[in-house]
Amino acid sequence: MRYLPLTPDDRTKMLGVVGAADIDALFSDVPVSARRSELFALPLHTGELDVERELSQLAAMNRPAGAGPFFCGAGAYRHHVPASVDHIIQRSEFLTSYTPYQPEIAQGTLQVLFEFQTQVARLTGLDVANASMYDGSTACAEAVMMSQRVTRREKAILSGGLHPHYAATTQTIAHAEGMEIVRLAAAIDAEAAVIEAIDAGTACVVVQTPNVFGVVTDVTKIAHAAHAAGALLIVVTTEAISFGLLKSPGEMGADIAVAEGQSIGNALNYGGPYVGLFACRENLVRQMPGRLCGETIDAEGRRGFVLTLSTREQHIRREKATSNICTNSGLCALAFTIHLSLLGEVGLRQLAALNHSRARELEGALRGSVEILTPRYFNEIALRAPDASRVVEDLLADNIIAGVPYARLDPHAGMDDVLLVAATETTTSQDIAALAAALKGRLRR
Amino acid sequence: MSMSSVGRPTKPMVSASTEEHKALAGGRGLLQDEPLIFELGGWDKTGVDFDAPAHDASDLGDLVRSEKIGLAGLSEPETLRHYVRLSQKNHAIDLALYPLGSCTMKHNPRLNEKVARLAGFADLHPLQPQSTTQGALELMDRLAHWLKTLTGMPAVALTPKAGAHGELCGLLAIKAAHEAAGQSNRRRVLTPTSAHGTNPATAAFVGYSVQEIAQTEDGRVDLADLAAKLGPDVAAIMVTNPNTCGLFERDIIEIARLTHEAGAYFYCDGANFNAIVGRVRPGDLGVDAMHINLHKTFSTPHGGGGPGAGPVVLSSALARFAPAPWIVHGADGLKLVEEAVEAAAEAFGRMSAFHGQMGMFVRAYAYMRSHGCDGLRQVAEDAVLNANYIKAVLSAEMTPAFAHGPCMHEALFDDAWLEGTGVTTLDFAKAMIDEGFHPMTMYFPLVVHGAMLIEPTETESKRELDRFCDALLALAKAAKAGDVERFKNAPHLAPLRRLDETLAARKPKLTWRPEPTGVAPAPLAAE
Repeated sequence: MRYLPLTPDDRTKMLGVVGAADIDALFSDVPVSARRSELFALPLHTGELDVERELSQLAAMNRPAGAGPFFCGAGAYRHHVPASVDHIIQRSEFLTSYTPYQPEIAQGTLQVLFEFQTQVARLTGLDVANASMYDGSTACAEAVMMSQRVTRREKAILSGGLHPHYAATTQTIAHAEGMEIVRLAAAIDAEAAVIEAIDAGTACVVVQTPNVFGVVTDVTKIAHAAHAAGALLIVVTTEAISFGLLKSPGEMGADIAVAEGQSIGNALNYGGPYVGLFACRENLVRQMPGRLCGETIDAEGRRGFVLTLSTREQHIRREKATSNICTNSGLCALAFTIHLSLLGEVGLRQLAALNHSRARELEGALRGSVEILTPRYFNEIALRAPDASRVVEDLLADNIIAGVPYARLDPHAGMDDVLLVAATETTTSQDIAALAAALKGRLRR
Repeated sequence: MSMSSVGRPTKPMVSASTEEHKALAGGRGLLQDEPLIFELGGWDKTGVDFDAPAHDASDLGDLVRSEKIGLAGLSEPETLRHYVRLSQKNHAIDLALYPLGSCTMKHNPRLNEKVARLAGFADLHPLQPQSTTQGALELMDRLAHWLKTLTGMPAVALTPKAGAHGELCGLLAIKAAHEAAGQSNRRRVLTPTSAHGTNPATAAFVGYSVQEIAQTEDGRVDLADLAAKLGPDVAAIMVTNPNTCGLFERDIIEIARLTHEAGAYFYCDGANFNAIVGRVRPGDLGVDAMHINLHKTFSTPHGGGGPGAGPVVLSSALARFAPAPWIVHGADGLKLVEEAVEAAAEAFGRMSAFHGQMGMFVRAYAYMRSHGCDGLRQVAEDAVLNANYIKAVLSAEMTPAFAHGPCMHEALFDDAWLEGTGVTTLDFAKAMIDEGFHPMTMYFPLVVHGAMLIEPTETESKRELDRFCDALLALAKAAKAGDVERFKNAPHLAPLRRLDETLAARKPKLTWRPEPTGVAPAPLAAE
């Protein structure tokens, strides 16, 4: 077996050193009834060529996003990632290292995390950021639970514009801990309704911008209302490229910002792994979940970085920890940081402007023949398309993946006629023309 | 004719001085000092070229960000240099044995990286029509089949994104099962003192109180203490097996029986499944739920701290409470059930936005197919043999925490052998860095004084094990011989010396900010 270096001779010699008659002697603590002497009913070992062949066949059964016009968004976005990003993250020193518990020999990872935290804090317009979470949805749940620790209140209000999977994840996790989760009814321009729901028992309000219907909202008024009631404002962003064009959560008064960072540096990967961004105001830092990297000095006074404030964490505080998270999304955070370093401020602003421009082009091509439901958007818009799921299936005949039917995310909202379509820098004018023509034809029927 | 004696010297000059040479530019030879990206001055630089947008953002009015973000940029060659220089300050599996106990730092096959990047997997959107992702669903279904067969469990929830997320998934299923049975009064979770920190943290996360189970002299769960603490308010026990002392819980079947008799569920922390894969099925031990760290047992890369993946296998008692989404076989192929409705209404909810760590599923499945059922059994055997070999060899100088009987995949030592030397576990670990090895896990599990937990994994050769053991034995002798200086100031040869962790925590500096005075530019104020 190509991954196992021991030879039969090595094994014999080593058993001798150990003083064991055979390998079974080392498993003698296993109860007799649970010992399996026969092989399991699974295939035997396979050479690299055959494994690659099987995996390639499975991959070929799928229709990659890049194989034709493609307009899915709704929390995951297809962007171009420069080739150098994937090259660097495959370096052994990054790929095959662990969480940087020994800082003297992990400064590479630690400095990257410090850069990542700085980038995330600046993108979100907040003071501090952690070293990443699993993804945007779990970061959202963690933010809601953090608001309970900060305010000592139990109620979280989730906007009707919050991605339904984020709401479901938050409901599942935060409810289990004992919080009351109030999910407002799905609505395209939903953020204003949030203010009315705030009361003296509110720990936090969670609003998303651009929201799941693509609507961009200035949440400053919600921030005022939340703060007046002693609640925190959590702002969710599922399209990180939008930070390059839109007012930041911090500028609008957010106390905590969480985001899905996949758009920067990471492939679609059929839903994971992604990278959750988590930032907050400085005074809340000791209630944050997850790893934090901080600056310090070594014994010779040289600058270095370490994981810090770990008295918040499970391996020190156990049941009193702020979260149970241990492994995060290190390599995805690295990809994020490299891509963002390649972009810089200049490139991110250009990329964001280009995304918005593509969406305007898309809206322009559809306007007049399709009802556009999103008043202000970044790179995603909601359309009126009766039986949207069927429309998407039908357009597959033209090799067009038209977008995400809202009902797939939230079948109970009575919004079967809403289709979410996103455009990015990878969307071409030909793609847009193809979608516009096909949709017009299909909706006329 | 003789060669000129002037010009390019062909022999190294021998210097009388043995003092350390300091490079004028900082750094040391190939190891360069590298500033932060924000100190490289690229405020108006970019390494990506874009077309000019056809439309502006006037439609967004004052929603547009007017203030500066404060991001630094670099051209592509500068970016490569920056991150490659940083990479060289990391230890890695590909450099030397990385014996972090409980973390399973095994070789990461590169075939797995290659296939995970096939466009048919990597360039697939989680919400595109399922008719266009049948190969991805097929792969998830095959992975599920392997996981169920290897564990002897009837169901698996694939979506948890790491081990701790899997623990959360398992406990939520247990909580849902108790609620469905009208047993919401069960609020207590029992876990051994030696447990991973994630176990009590997860239990508290779902609103349970945590009580510790005592440990026997030989490093196992104390059955009498467990029996005494079980009761009608206990929801579950959380036990790692093989446990964090690297030992198989001999009484595991009795532990499960007592737990079930008390009406509680048995959550098994599967972090150490790599020690028994192919030889023992947790389903035969009475386990109700167990997460499997694909980044441990099934070799997906640790990546400097993730991403992981933590699918959870479930017993028939818990299967119907598994979270959405899951795969079903339908008339027109495979289908993801994404909402808990109708027949599936008992599902406890959702763990994350989409369908789990697909990129990790591809890698883990390629690993399983490469090894096959025979290779996976060999994985467990070699992992256990390597650990026992290290335990046997190092016992010449060091004191194993549990000398009697074999260990499983990791060898645990205490610090009794360091008594009187003035050297601590931490000092010893830092001295290992100078020998070119990553330190072992230190001071964990908590039940062993000055614990040193060494997990070599099955992907180490005998030659590397011997190199490692020779180095540790020599260090141990040096410690006993009173060479305390070697240890107190170690590491000497790493990119940095020991770091001041107290300073970092007392005055947290978590983001880069421009110096208030001096030469550093103040980019945020520049515009």
